Formats: sequence, C-alpha cells, structure tokens
Amino acid sequence: MRDLIKEFTKGIIKENPTFVLALGLCPTLAVSVSVANAIGMGVAATFVLLGSSVIISLVKNFIPNKIRIPCFIVIIATFVTIIELCLKAYSPVLDRALGIYVPLIVVNCIVLGRAEAFACKNNFISSFFDGLGMGVGFTLALILISAIREFLGSGQILGHTLIKGFEPVFVFGMPSGALLVIGLLLGLFNLIKSRKA
Amino acid sequence: MRNNLIVSGSPHIHKQESIPRIMWTVVISLIPAGVAGVIIFGLDALWVTLVALVAAVLTEIIFEVLTKKKITVMDGSAVITGILLAYNLPSGVPLWLPIVGAVFSIAIGKQVFGGLGQNIFNPALIGRVFLMASWPKYMTTFVKPLSYDTIASATPLAALKEGKILEHISYLDLFLGKRGGCIGEVCILALLIGAAILLYKGYISWHIPATYIFTTAVFTYIFGAKQLFHGDWLFHILSGGLILGAFFMATDYVATPLTAKGQLIFGVGCGLLTAIIRIWGGYPEGVSYAILMMNAATPFIDRYTKNRIYGTS
Repeated sequence: MRDLIKEFTKGIIKENPTFVLALGLCPTLAVSVSVANAIGMGVAATFVLLGSSVIISLVKNFIPNKIRIPCFIVIIATFVTIIELCLKAYSPVLDRALGIYVPLIVVNCIVLGRAEAFACKNNFISSFFDGLGMGVGFTLALILISAIREFLGSGQILGHTLIKGFEPVFVFGMPSGALLVIGLLLGLFNLIKSRKA
Repeated sequence: MRNNLIVSGSPHIHKQESIPRIMWTVVISLIPAGVAGVIIFGLDALWVTLVALVAAVLTEIIFEVLTKKKITVMDGSAVITGILLAYNLPSGVPLWLPIVGAVFSIAIGKQVFGGLGQNIFNPALIGRVFLMASWPKYMTTFVKPLSYDTIASATPLAALKEGKILEHISYLDLFLGKRGGCIGEVCILALLIGAAILLYKGYISWHIPATYIFTTAVFTYIFGAKQLFHGDWLFHILSGGLILGAFFMATDYVATPLTAKGQLIFGVGCGLLTAIIRIWGGYPEGVSYAILMMNAATPFIDRYTKNRIYGTS
C-alpha cells in the first residue's frame, strides 16, 4: 500500500511532469491562458493517462516489443477519442476553447512517456496510481501557471475580478508570457530542489 | 627590495580603463539627451527618468542581496539601464510604469542570466518591449513638444504610418527635437554630443552605429516611398529612436559581437530589420525590436567571425 501511495505522490512534486520532467510543455503553453481551460485540459489528460496506463499494463505481455509504440498510440488514441467526443457533447464551449489541443493529447509526451517508462513494466494497480499521480501533477501545474497568467494578464481568476483598478499586464496573456511564467517556475522548482539537496 | 620584481602572466600593458570608469562615462554622455528631453517635454520627463533610475538600482541591490552576490551597483551599469529605459518611454506615462519596467529590465533582463556580462539581450530594451506589449495605451500616448501639457500628439513615424501628411515638421525641428516622441530619442543634437564623447574616448567604435544608420538610410531611400528610390531617408534617420538606438543601445558591450567584422554584420542586420519594420511592419518604429533580434543572433555571428588564431591554419 505504501508503495502505491509513493507511486501516486511522486508525480505531484518529485517527478512533476511539467516542472521536473519538462514534458507536455506544448499544451501547457497553449491552454494556460485561463484557469477554466487549464482544469479542462488537466482532467482530459488525466483521464487519458489513467485509461491508457491501465490498459497498456494489462496487455503488455501480448504486445511484440518491436511494434509496442504503435500499439500504445492506438490505445491512447482510443481514450482521446472518447474524451473528445464527450467534450463535444457535454461542454462545447470548453471544446472550442481547447481546440486542437484535445486531439493532440495522443502525442502528448507525458502519456506516451508513462506508457513507455512505467506501464509496460509494472502491474496495472501501480500503473493506475502512477497515471493518476502524473495526471494530478500535470493538472496542478497547469492550474498554477494559468492562475498566475490569468491574474496578471486580465486581472481575473475564473472570471472574477480580484483587485479593482489593477491594470492588466497584457503580455502574460500572450505566448511569450506563458514562456516567461513557465521559465520562472522551472527555476523556482530547481532552486527548491537544490536547497533540499 | 624583494617586492620590486612582480611576475605576472601576460598581457602586461596596464590601462586606466575599468568597467565603472566606462559605465560612468556613458552615464555622463547620456545627460545632454536627458536635459534636452526635460526642456522639450517639461519636468515630467525628469521624474520618469529619476524613478526608472532609482528603481533599476534598487532592484539590482535587492536581487544581489537575496542571491548573496557581490553588490555591483557602483559599476554604473544599472544606472545606465534605468536611464536608457526612461529615455525609451513617453514623458506622460504614469510613474508606476517606469518602476515596473526597470524591475523587469534588471530582474528578468539581466540578473536572471547572472548579472553584468551574462545577459544575452540589452536589459533596457527588454524592459521597453515588455512595457510595450503590456500597456500599449500608455506607451504610444506622446506629449506634444514644448507645450508642457498633456496634449496627445503622434510621433512623426506614427503619422507617416497612418498615411497622414507631415505638416510643418522641418528637418531642423527633427534635429533639435521639436516633435512628439520618447524622452531621450527626440533631440538628435544632444544625442550626437553624447555619442561624440564616447567615440572620442574610444568606448564605442564606429562600426555598429555607422553601418546601422547607413543601412537604414539606404533601405528607406529605396523602399520608403511608393516609387522606388524616392524614400525620405533623412527623415527616417532623424525620427524615431534610430540615433539613440544606434549609438547607445546597439553598442552594448555584452550583447553585441566582439570583432569588427561581426559588428559590421550586426549593424547591417539592425538597419535592415529597422527599415523592414518601419516600412512594412505593424509598428511605426522598429529600432528596439531590431536590436533585440540581432542580440539574439550575436552568438551565431561571433562563431563565424572569430579571428584566426595566430599560428594556426
């Protein structure tokens, strides 16, 4: 049990996919304009991670080693299609906001990375917790980045104005602002890590 | 007797020059343009400059205390960054704008990379571009010259971009700075006095400013008007931030090429980009973007213009 908790928590801080492994930066840059988008993207990616990790760990013994990557992609694409159709059906606004980045989860390096590095070597229970931890870590990172960007870039969080008379810093709503915020947060994480060591 | 023989590694020639000496001379050479800015735009210009200067110096001190590094404010480089940033702002901006810009210049543009000598971009321009992208409303509201009042007035380049006819602006007015614009860029005469000090002292070489201005002039002459070879090149030299940029920002020691050949390439690149942005770009003025883009290309230029090491083939 303790091992499972460890598999779950490592994805949140010690091996955070965004700030430590620096994976999946492309959707992070693109959808972190607002917290609502970030939560949607995080939940979608977590769902795909969970599903693909569990299925891949279950079928890993039947997949020939040479064609494992295409097989992983097919499994991942199945879950991405499920979540994409669900988004289109139940939350068209979010679907429009996320746009191409939902289908692009197929080639998200976090999902493929966990399949290759973890799920195809471990049983499905630890893969479940690994996928969940990574998904939560990714979601939290997205929320952190998007909260900073949304607050500075438009003066709001989830559509609520926080400080009256605050002059929004437009640059944080632009891609360059995303790069700035991610760079500074990466530096901060490295600083904390080097302090601990 | 024993200490009279000092054995040290080469080079043995000692010069009086040092970083603080050069930097403070640059500060002095920037003063005429600031005085002219205050005369043209009133006391607001002075406050903006002082606020940016103090904010830049304080940011440098705070950052170096926090990271437990040697305090290097006395070398004057933060003072230059503050002044140059203020010279790139309109005089009518609210006073928090230069503060935010100076903090961003020093913290993100310089100290994050490791302080003086490590920054890949000119810190003052980083601050200006950040402010331009964040608060374009304040950054493009210019005060009418010699009116000492907040009457908005377009810069000559902005008027040109919008296709307005340039009424009653003579070359002499442009040369003396009687036009809307940023604090430090308007008075060409004052800028040239400062540039002359630096050139005389040998702190900057002619390579970058000369090629920069010449290239901009040639390209605006060829493509600046509807008909080829009818562009008003003198107007393009005298307006905007070209002179300020060419002599004081494109000659930044840290972020520009080391060799003369590299500096020539750097100057031509800056001139080309400035002319392209001015003629076809979305903004009326392109000096800051041109210099920053060439800053990014500097390591590349340096690699291919390295001097041959004597004795090797």
